[in-house]
Amino acid sequence: MIRFDNVTVAYEKGAPVLKNVSFTVETGEAVGLIGANGAGKTTLMRALLGLVGHQGTITVDGVEVTKRNLPEIRRKLGFVLQNSDNQMFMPTVYEDMIFGPLNYGLSRAETDARVDAVLTRLGLQDLKHRHNHKLSGGEKRMAAIATVLAMEPEALLMDEPTSALDPRNRRLMIETIRALPGTKIITSHDLDMIWDTCSRVILLDGGAVAADGPAEEILRDRELLEAHCMELPLRLAGL
Amino acid sequence: MNEMDRSLFALREMDTLAAGNSPVHRLCPAAKLLTTIAYIAAAVSFGKYQLSGLLVLILYPALVFSLSGIPVGTCFRKLRFVLPLVLAVGLFNPIFDRSPLLTVGAVTVSGGVVSMLTLMVKGVLCLMASFLLAATTPIDALCAALRRFRVPSLLVTLLLLTYRYVGVMKEELSVMTDAYRLRAPGQKGIRYHSWGSFLGQLLLRSADRAEELYGSMQLRGFRGEFPYAESRPWTGRDTAWFLVWTACFALCRMFDVAGLLGSLLAGGMR
Repeated sequence: MIRFDNVTVAYEKGAPVLKNVSFTVETGEAVGLIGANGAGKTTLMRALLGLVGHQGTITVDGVEVTKRNLPEIRRKLGFVLQNSDNQMFMPTVYEDMIFGPLNYGLSRAETDARVDAVLTRLGLQDLKHRHNHKLSGGEKRMAAIATVLAMEPEALLMDEPTSALDPRNRRLMIETIRALPGTKIITSHDLDMIWDTCSRVILLDGGAVAADGPAEEILRDRELLEAHCMELPLRLAGL
Repeated sequence: MNEMDRSLFALREMDTLAAGNSPVHRLCPAAKLLTTIAYIAAAVSFGKYQLSGLLVLILYPALVFSLSGIPVGTCFRKLRFVLPLVLAVGLFNPIFDRSPLLTVGAVTVSGGVVSMLTLMVKGVLCLMASFLLAATTPIDALCAALRRFRVPSLLVTLLLLTYRYVGVMKEELSVMTDAYRLRAPGQKGIRYHSWGSFLGQLLLRSADRAEELYGSMQLRGFRGEFPYAESRPWTGRDTAWFLVWTACFALCRMFDVAGLLGSLLAGGMR
């Protein structure tokens, strides 16, 4: 269970990017974080991962996000960055996939077994020994997910997983996300993808929670969405 | 592919070279590191007029090039920006040291010329040895070897991140250069009055990306150690590699091997 309790985040001495945010994500829940640019979606994830400081309390399975607990927190959470180039820093997909598990003390044999299992589950066996810089955008995004899944996180955080993907790869990504078990928190402007993958939506505006409820209910609410610089998902917009 | 993209590709080519599977690649990174250090120590310890003795040291890179299958041309292509600096190091020696040292036919060669050539050869040899180490050993394995020798984690992490961030910086530079060119058709290069903001932007953008990249490493448990690096145990083969080469370097340093070879050849010809 992930819990935000009156969380505020401010960079330097500027205005807070998140203001008194409170919500709970139950184990196994798939939550879509939506909101206009600058609403605080990515900052919220970064605060959860301890990449930015915060006021208030964030807990993951009862463990508070503090400097001391970061290794434990980060072991529980897998984060897929928006820019896969920043996620894939090793020469090959295989080397990137073993990076996390070996850092957390798994043996080479256990790690290799995990790598093979994840690649098979995602149908990416042919990418195993490919060089990261030679992957296409879609392949790189899928490989980035594989690197995170190899750590067997309890919850998966994804920042704009379908941005810059072509329609076929976007569909593949949606199917992949749907098939993944466990808790998922996904930020995106792609509301159709959120519709397909999340049962609950949290709408952020100006760093505060503007709405929180079942995905279909919020994503159908044209008035609410438009009041917060969003639009109905394309499937509902009658296009 | 613009110049920047080519340069970026060249940087990544080092990873590809290091991932090879030759007898040299298969050696323990620690053995290669120690041998390279011994080689560089031997090379720099030669006196400024000991050019002939120094030339014998070419045998080490020559053999490693041959065993590893790394093309010599690749080495010089990659070092083309550093080599002029190395070659420039002793450029003023002929001016300051004009004492005649030897005579080749009718030409008298001054000590300055010989010391300049010695410095240049030393520089080239050291660069070649360093290149061969980097081209036959993945950077993470190299870092793991440094940690094995108790080099502080902070320094090793710095080395690793510098290696990674050079790529990040080059990527950003590539994107920015393309964006500049598209809005400055027909213009050669970047105008000097744009350099300030251009470099500032480059620094900020690469710092942002570098921070994200380091964050990504931390999120996957990176704490300055390298358990994920290719680990090859130190075997008898590694001991032999290190000891034989170190002995060779020491022999080259203590005896005039070049002179000895010359005498043998001259004797044979007679």
